[in-house]
Amino acid sequence: MGFVAPALLLIAVFLIFPALWTIYIGLTNYELTGPNAVAPQLVGIDNFVNALNDALFQNSLWLTALFVLGSAVIGQNILGFVLAWTLRKAKPGLRRTVESLVLLAWILPSTVVAYLWFAVLDRDGGTLNSLLGSEGTAWLVEYPMLSLIVFNTWRGTAFSMLLYSSALAAVPPSQLETARVVGASGWQTVRDIVFPHIRGHVLTNTLLISLWTANDFSPFLLTAGGPNHASETLPVFIYRQALEGGQLGYASAISLLLLLANLVVAAVYLWLLRRKS
Amino acid sequence: MRRRAALVAVTAMTMVLSGCLGQPQNADTARNADAKEVTLTITGNAVAGGKNSAKAAWMTDWVIPRFVEEQKRKGVTATVRFDGNGAGDEDYKTKIALDLKTGGGADIMAIDGIWIGEFAGGKQIKSLDEIVGRSKVDAWEGWKQIPQAVQSVGVFENQRYGVPDGTDGRVLFYNKKLFAQAGLPADWQPRSWDELLSAGEALKRLPGVTPIQLNAGTAMGEATTMQGLLPLLAGTGKPLLTNGKWQGATSNLKDVLGLYQRVYGGGGLGDPLLQQEAKGRDKSFAQFAEHKIGILMESDYLWRAVLEPTKGAVKMADRDSSVGWAMIPAQRPGSGVRGQDFVSMSGGALNLINSNTKYPAQAWEFLQFMNSADAVKARLGGAAQITQRTDVNNEVLAGDPMLSFVAQKVLPLTEYRPGVANYTRVSSALQQATADVVSGKTAQDALNAYQEALKKIVGENEIVSG
Repeated sequence: MGFVAPALLLIAVFLIFPALWTIYIGLTNYELTGPNAVAPQLVGIDNFVNALNDALFQNSLWLTALFVLGSAVIGQNILGFVLAWTLRKAKPGLRRTVESLVLLAWILPSTVVAYLWFAVLDRDGGTLNSLLGSEGTAWLVEYPMLSLIVFNTWRGTAFSMLLYSSALAAVPPSQLETARVVGASGWQTVRDIVFPHIRGHVLTNTLLISLWTANDFSPFLLTAGGPNHASETLPVFIYRQALEGGQLGYASAISLLLLLANLVVAAVYLWLLRRKS
Repeated sequence: MRRRAALVAVTAMTMVLSGCLGQPQNADTARNADAKEVTLTITGNAVAGGKNSAKAAWMTDWVIPRFVEEQKRKGVTATVRFDGNGAGDEDYKTKIALDLKTGGGADIMAIDGIWIGEFAGGKQIKSLDEIVGRSKVDAWEGWKQIPQAVQSVGVFENQRYGVPDGTDGRVLFYNKKLFAQAGLPADWQPRSWDELLSAGEALKRLPGVTPIQLNAGTAMGEATTMQGLLPLLAGTGKPLLTNGKWQGATSNLKDVLGLYQRVYGGGGLGDPLLQQEAKGRDKSFAQFAEHKIGILMESDYLWRAVLEPTKGAVKMADRDSSVGWAMIPAQRPGSGVRGQDFVSMSGGALNLINSNTKYPAQAWEFLQFMNSADAVKARLGGAAQITQRTDVNNEVLAGDPMLSFVAQKVLPLTEYRPGVANYTRVSSALQQATADVVSGKTAQDALNAYQEALKKIVGENEIVSG
């Protein structure tokens, strides 16, 4: 018991205390400025009720779901797997080059990456407009969610690629060879030989990238939630309510709702994982 | 049993926590007044090589070295640092609010006058009298030079919170070259919204030119309210807040949103996308400097700090020959506030002392020093600005036709924003209403949504509608 005490203490200070603190602030009308900053009052579950009735919150919830589904569950997962599968037999040089490039997108700081994407997507003289000849298209304003989904797929694929690369190494070569000999197509091989072996990896990977994406704040750097809330995912919504609007109590309540949503997603994946084994 | 113990623990923790929201304050005005080693940090939304770079340079190259020198003669070693920022006004405000909230922050801070209500309401800032002591504050000769209207920028509920930094006025800037091409007069002065729109129609014929830039949407923040919605609202004859009641879904506000709809609703008079871009306001400056915008409603800030040919953020070499200015017309002649034909809005920033400072006496000395006639003149460095000091204004404004125009014609008829704590939230709701119109809603729908938002902010009893 004694030797886990330091770990428990760390967890208490950095995890349990902030969580309780969030719950507590979420029950008050605490604000960043004004009279409620000095003497906040307990308002019970008002913040939660208001959030559930707030059209902007519902909008954010929907956009977050869209963002996770589009960029993580579909985008990063599939692109990551395709890269891992095709690079498996590629020449080492090519393989290393592609892997480095994909990794680079993952390890660069968000601010740098956001700046680069601004340059690509900008309305006046952006690279994409020059390439497509679509002069004057403001991608981040006219297609904000699509831009964010493509951006985040590009940004986060490295993790899925790495995870699937090592997972694929666990598929017995003899089975792949047998499949080839009996004339199975690529898709049949993936579905009947590879997938059963890596099913656990797929679930774990999807769980992790879903949670990361749901909590990701980089969309703020690209669109700041705009135009007119069209790309305001939950973390951005919370930030804007808390710091731009000063509604710390309300934003804390929504943080808790985001935490609950994360727990639900995690529970579903864990249930799927356990059912498999 | 164990469950009950856990419950007790959680309750106890909650009670302890509830004592933590809010913060203690140091109240002794004479603390460290005789210190021989003094450290002061000054902050503002200005940074070398970026936003308001002239101000940052003035701070680091003129004020600070001279102040340190002066202290040295008194036998005090002063270490003074300027902490620059180059962010949007809303982000800067957030930073200041967080600094103050956590009991830290620079000793002297520049803030927008309109934030005083909120910060004072939150006890994050205190009046100069409380921090420095009333007799010391009154003793400064500089107050006599600051006109009452400018002093009011730094006053909330009859308390002085800091020394104002000057004031400004809103006008319609227009591009004379584009006007000539469109067959419009070089000395243009519209007398109604219709005349403004018909000039826009004429400019529409020029290829690649956006006729009118009327700030809208939430991305532009307070610039939407101050340089767009409020001057227009003043032109309908009714300010935002009268006798403690806010304007809800009134016919006045509907007319204003109707004008937004005419500009951005597909008629080609304005560029709706620009209003929604994250950096839309900066882009509007750049486009105006590149002769791509015909008419732009802005503060004199555009003239002196943005387009200024040598030190501006977006230098416009031919500013003096290409840029014209006109007063903002009321909806119809005589329909403005107080029956005026023309309207404007004014505001201003101030420098205040952080009540968390260790050296209140020295911070006050610094504040007086940076607002002395010599320092203010040095800040201008030959350029003009409507400063806080009448003595300086008399000297410098004569050389700048645009700023004398603001001082003589615009300031006498201008309006100030309501200095109450709720203002900034109401302002956000107004920005949202224009954002709704720009993204395609009708003026009526935007108005209804605004009314609902306003009810949540100020309560149903403090709203007038109809």
